[in-house]
Amino acid sequence: MHHVVLDRWSRGRSFIHARDARAKLAAVVALLVAIATVPPGRYEPVAAAWALVCLAAALARLPVWGLAWRAALVLPFSAVFAAMSWLSGDPARGAALAAKSYASAFAVIFLLSVTPFPELCRAAEWFRAPRMLILLMQFIYRYLFVISGEAQHMWLASHCRGGSRGARFRAAAGAVGVLFARSYQRAEGIQRAMFARGFRGRFETLAARRFGGADFAFLLGALLLIGAARAGGGWLWRR
Amino acid sequence: MAPLIEVRGLSFRYEDGTLALNGVDFRLEPGETVALLGPNGSGKTTFLLHLIGLLRGEGEIIVCGRPVRRENLDFVRRKVGVLFQDADEQLFMPTVLEDVAFGPLNQGLPPQEAQRVALETLAQVGMQGAAGRAPYHLSAGEKRRVALAGVLAMGPEILVLDEPTTFLDPPSQRHLLDVLRALPQSKLLATHDAAFARALAARAVFFEGGRVVDSGPVDEVARRRHWEV
Repeated sequence: MHHVVLDRWSRGRSFIHARDARAKLAAVVALLVAIATVPPGRYEPVAAAWALVCLAAALARLPVWGLAWRAALVLPFSAVFAAMSWLSGDPARGAALAAKSYASAFAVIFLLSVTPFPELCRAAEWFRAPRMLILLMQFIYRYLFVISGEAQHMWLASHCRGGSRGARFRAAAGAVGVLFARSYQRAEGIQRAMFARGFRGRFETLAARRFGGADFAFLLGALLLIGAARAGGGWLWRR
Repeated sequence: MAPLIEVRGLSFRYEDGTLALNGVDFRLEPGETVALLGPNGSGKTTFLLHLIGLLRGEGEIIVCGRPVRRENLDFVRRKVGVLFQDADEQLFMPTVLEDVAFGPLNQGLPPQEAQRVALETLAQVGMQGAAGRAPYHLSAGEKRRVALAGVLAMGPEILVLDEPTTFLDPPSQRHLLDVLRALPQSKLLATHDAAFARALAARAVFFEGGRVVDSGPVDEVARRRHWEV
């Protein structure tokens, strides 16, 4: 049984993995702001920010191509809006939208790949993110595992009983309904087990939170590099 | 001596109208291990879920001297540890260590103390070597032992075990039996397995149609109810 690979990556060992989640979250938020504020028609700052995350991924010993194609999941959605901008006579805005959304998705996936999700939620909580939002994120994250596990069981059962690719496709709509019904049932069982062990709406973590000198240096270095990428890219464009 | 669990006239009907429990009376004395026998759908699991307030029916349930009510749920869930039938539902954290530490952290222990308790409990069930592993990579027997460690880490006075031998091969059943026998807690065991019940419990209660229809020594109840393969 294989599960979400990002979770496995997030438990790796590297200088970046070892940093406090708050430092990583702050750095990525700064990067997202830097990307979002690049004016349409300018691509160097976005490319520089993307290259910076690639470098960080390599330092964290993560497969950059693995991150790259996972980030591409955002493209079908952004491509729709990019195409609408293109058709309305603003191709530069459309291209910028696609480039920025891809670079942002890449940065977020990188963050999820170097920080265990519970620690990331604790960091968001520290930054005063709404508690209800964090709780929802945590449940969605856990139920993704539940749905993925159930989907794998159903896929196995369907393949064991043969059937052509076409027949499987026709059965897919019905199977999705069953998948969600089964996942709902499984999720109820998990919820019962959580309450039985004293869950009161907050996921505690074993990692003790200490923001050390290395975390501060990491954050400072990351902010300087992000600033340089943003300004440097703009400077290159003006030349 | 006051019973650890006392249930009086417990009835429960599911939303679809199914009457799952119909006036159940039950007592668990300190130091006692009781087996709940009965066919599928007889109400055993529904009964167990009531003991920690996960379901609420009519009647009265008293655990360690306190009624199972909203205001007492923290107390009750600290006293009663439940090992659910499907270990996969009980193991929801990314690593074995984090899963076992889930309960102690919820009880308010600081992270280092929770980790110490979790490691000790894993050693108690012979799973100390699995602390860093992902729960979904464990075998069925290992999952069951880790789930048991997660329950024991909360220091319960009563252990409730719902079909603990499901999916286990005979060696894993034997190992689980050895672990359970060594535990000092009072136990309530819902099972189809009369041999396992006999090996662990002295007394059995037989459920049928949401009612307790027989009780007594495990051997006698199993014989009277033709509860052998």
